[in-house]
Amino acid sequence: METTLHEQDFEKGSRELVRYDNAIVKMFAVAALGWGIIGFLVGLIVAIKLYVPEFLGGIDVLSYGRLRPLHTNAVIFAFAGNAIFVGVYYSLQRLCKARMFSDLLSKIHFWGWQTIIVSAALTLPLGITTSKEYAELEWPIDLAITLVWVVFGWNMIGTIMRRKERHMYVAIWFYLATFLTVALLHVVNSLALPVHLLKSYSMYAGVQDALVQWWYGHNAVAFFLTTPFLGIMYYFIPKASGRPVFSYRLSIVHFWALIFLYIWAGPHHLLYTALPDWAQSLGAVFSVMLIAPSWGGMVNGLLTLRGAWDKVRVDPVLKFFVVGITAYGMSTFEGPMMSLKNINALTHYTDYIIAHVHLGALLWNGGLTFAMLYYIIPRIYRTKLYSVSLANWHFWLMTLGVVIYVIPMYWGGITQALMWKQFLPDNTLQYNNFLETVTQLIPMYVMRSIGGTLYLIGACVGVWNLYKTAKSGSLLADEEVYVVNQMRVQAVPSTAHKEYWHRVLEGKPLRFSLYTIAAVLIGGVVEFIPTALVESNIPTIATVTPYTPLELEGRDIYIREGCYTCHSQMIRPFRSETARYGDYSKPGEFVYDRPFQWGSKRTGPDLHREGGKRPNAWHWKHMENPRSTSPNSIMPAYPWLYTTMLDTKHTEGKILTLQKLGVPYPEGFAGRAVADLREQAKQVAAGVEEGGIRGVQPEQEIVALIAYLQRLGTDIKKTAPSTSMK
Amino acid sequence: MYKNILSSIPGIELYPILALVLFFGFFSALIYWFFVVDKQRMTTLSAGILEEDMPATSSHLHHPIEGE
Repeated sequence: METTLHEQDFEKGSRELVRYDNAIVKMFAVAALGWGIIGFLVGLIVAIKLYVPEFLGGIDVLSYGRLRPLHTNAVIFAFAGNAIFVGVYYSLQRLCKARMFSDLLSKIHFWGWQTIIVSAALTLPLGITTSKEYAELEWPIDLAITLVWVVFGWNMIGTIMRRKERHMYVAIWFYLATFLTVALLHVVNSLALPVHLLKSYSMYAGVQDALVQWWYGHNAVAFFLTTPFLGIMYYFIPKASGRPVFSYRLSIVHFWALIFLYIWAGPHHLLYTALPDWAQSLGAVFSVMLIAPSWGGMVNGLLTLRGAWDKVRVDPVLKFFVVGITAYGMSTFEGPMMSLKNINALTHYTDYIIAHVHLGALLWNGGLTFAMLYYIIPRIYRTKLYSVSLANWHFWLMTLGVVIYVIPMYWGGITQALMWKQFLPDNTLQYNNFLETVTQLIPMYVMRSIGGTLYLIGACVGVWNLYKTAKSGSLLADEEVYVVNQMRVQAVPSTAHKEYWHRVLEGKPLRFSLYTIAAVLIGGVVEFIPTALVESNIPTIATVTPYTPLELEGRDIYIREGCYTCHSQMIRPFRSETARYGDYSKPGEFVYDRPFQWGSKRTGPDLHREGGKRPNAWHWKHMENPRSTSPNSIMPAYPWLYTTMLDTKHTEGKILTLQKLGVPYPEGFAGRAVADLREQAKQVAAGVEEGGIRGVQPEQEIVALIAYLQRLGTDIKKTAPSTSMK
Repeated sequence: MYKNILSSIPGIELYPILALVLFFGFFSALIYWFFVVDKQRMTTLSAGILEEDMPATSSHLHHPIEGE
C-alpha cells in the first residue's frame, strides 16, 4: 500500500531531491575515533599508576589526580560526545528526509566541540579545574559549551521543522530530550562566580552543591550516555537487521517513563551522606523504579532481532549491538540495586562503582558506537567493510577485555568494603591501617589494566579496519536521494483516520519539547527547592568558620591536584567509619565549601577528620615521598609542591568573590588577606620544622596544603567560636 | 528538623498529594493508552524507517558485509 501511495505521490509531483550531508558525519566519526583512542590510553595510564605510583611520576601535568578527570572527560564528551553527533547527523537527516538545517551550523558545531575538547585537554592537566566530577571545566569553557550546544540544538530543531516526513520517529524524541535536558543540567550545575579567567567558585556550597552536582552527574549519565544512545539503538538496530522495532507502543512508554523517572534518581549518589534523609529516600525509590523503563528499552532493542538471530552470527554490526544492549541491561539492573541503602553501604566509594561504570561505558557506549560506525562508514564510502574477520577480532578483544576488567573490580570492591567493616572481637578494626585494604587489591588492579589494554587493542583494530574501509571506497559527501514530501501530500485514505494524541504531539516539535522539559523539571524541582530553602537553615554549627586565606589557597591546591579523585571528605554514620576516621560528617560543617569535596571514591582514606591527627612534619614527608611514612602506599609523590612558591596574586580576589557569594569574612578583610596568609604560613612552617625538617620556607605551596589538611574537620571540636579570623 | 522549614511553605500538605496524583495519573493514562492504541498504526509507523530512499544516482553500493 505504501509503495502504491509513493508512486501516486511521485506522479503528483511531491517528489523532491534531497542531499544528505555525509561529510559532517565523517568528520564527527573521525573525531570520535581519534579522541576515543586518546581517552582509552589515558585511562590505561591512570590504571597503571594505581599499582606503579611513580609511573610517569614527578611530572605535575601527568599526575594521577590531573589525568583522571582528563580520562573521564575524554571518553564521555570527546569519544561518546562525538559518537552521539555521528548518530544524530546520520539518522536525523534520513528520519526527517531532509539535509541538516544549516551546513554552517554543522561546521560551527563540529569545530566548536573539538575546540572545547582541546581546551579541556590543555586545562585539566594544568590543574585548572572546578573539581565537580564530569563538569570540571572552568567557566569560559562552560560558556563555550553552552554556545556550541545551542548551535547543535538549533541545527537539530531546524532540521526537524523542515522535515518531509509527518511522523517524528522515536529516535528523534530521544535526541530532543538529550538536547533539552543536557542544556538545563549544564547551565544549572555550572553556575559560578569567577575570580579570574581560569578560576571560579561555585554558586552553591556544601550540601546544596553536592545535590546539584549529583543531580547533574547522574543525569549526565542519563541524558548524555543513555538517551542519545537509545535513539541510536532505535534507528540502527531496525536498519541493520531489516526488522521494525519490536514494539512501537513500548518505545513510547519507554521514552516518557525514562525521562520522567531518571531525573529524580540523582541522590542515590549521596546515600548515608549529610544530604537530608527524605531526599536520599526519594532518590532510592525512583532509582528502583527506573529498572522498569530501562529494561523495557533493553527488551525492545533485543526483541527487535526476533527472527533475525541468524544475522547476528555473521554481521559484526549486530554483534556489537547485542553485547552493548545486554551490558545496558546489566548496568541498569546494578544501578537500582546499588541505590538500595544496604547494598550502597557496601559498594559506595569502592571499585565496584568503577566496574559498574565501565561495563556501561565500554560496552553500552563503546559497543554501540562501534556498531554504528561499522554500519555507517561502508555506506557513506560506498564500499564493503574492509574485513569482517578484523571486526570479529575487535568484538572479542572488546568483550573479553571488559570481562577481564570488570570481574576483578567487582571482586576488589566487595573485598575492600568487607575489610573496611571487619571488626575484631575486642571491638577494634581488624584492618586498622587503611593501606592493608588497598594493597590487597593490587592484583585486581593489574588484571584491570590487562583488560583495559585488550579493549584498547580492540579499538585500534577497529580504527584500522574502518580506515582501510574508507580507503577502499570514496566518500559520498552529498548523498542525493528522491523522497516524497509527506508534508505536502494531501490526506490520503491510509493517513485519514483519527489521529491519536501522540501523533498530534509529534507533529509539533516545540510542544513536544515543552512537555519533555516539564517531565524532566518536575523531579528536579521537587528535590531541589526544599533543599535550597533549607540553605540558610542547615543546622548551623557555631564553631564552623570560613577558611583562612592560607587554608583557602591550600584548598585550591587540593582541588588543582585532584585529591578528591582518591580521597573522600564524608564520613558516613557507620560504626566502621567512625571507628576509623572519627565523628561522622554533619551538613553544617560544609557551609563554606565551594565546591564541596565529598568525593566519590576512596582509593585512599577519608580525610574529613584529618586535621590535627598527625604533625605537620608527617604531611611534609608524606607528600614528598608517601612510602617514607606509609610503606607500600600507592599515592604518588608531589615534588612540585616543594619547588613552587604559592602565588598570592589572586588571594584578595578570592576573598572578595567569596564575600559576594555570602561567606562572612569581616569587612575589609580582603585587603589584609595576604598579610594574614603570610603570618599563618610562618606558624605552619615552624610547625613542620618542629618535626625535625630543615629549610622550610613559608612560601612553599606544600605549606598551604598542610594548613588546609590540618583544618579539615576540626571546627566541630572547638568549644568556642574560632579566633583565627581576627 | 526540616519540618520547620517545610511547614512554612503555603499549601505544602498538598504537594505530595499533587505529586502522587500527577505521577499515577500520567502513568495510568499511559498504560490505558498502551492497550487501546491502534496496533496496526503502530506497525505502520515502526516499519516506516525500513523504506530505503530512492537514490538519485546509480552509484550507490550497499554491501557493508562481505558475502552478504
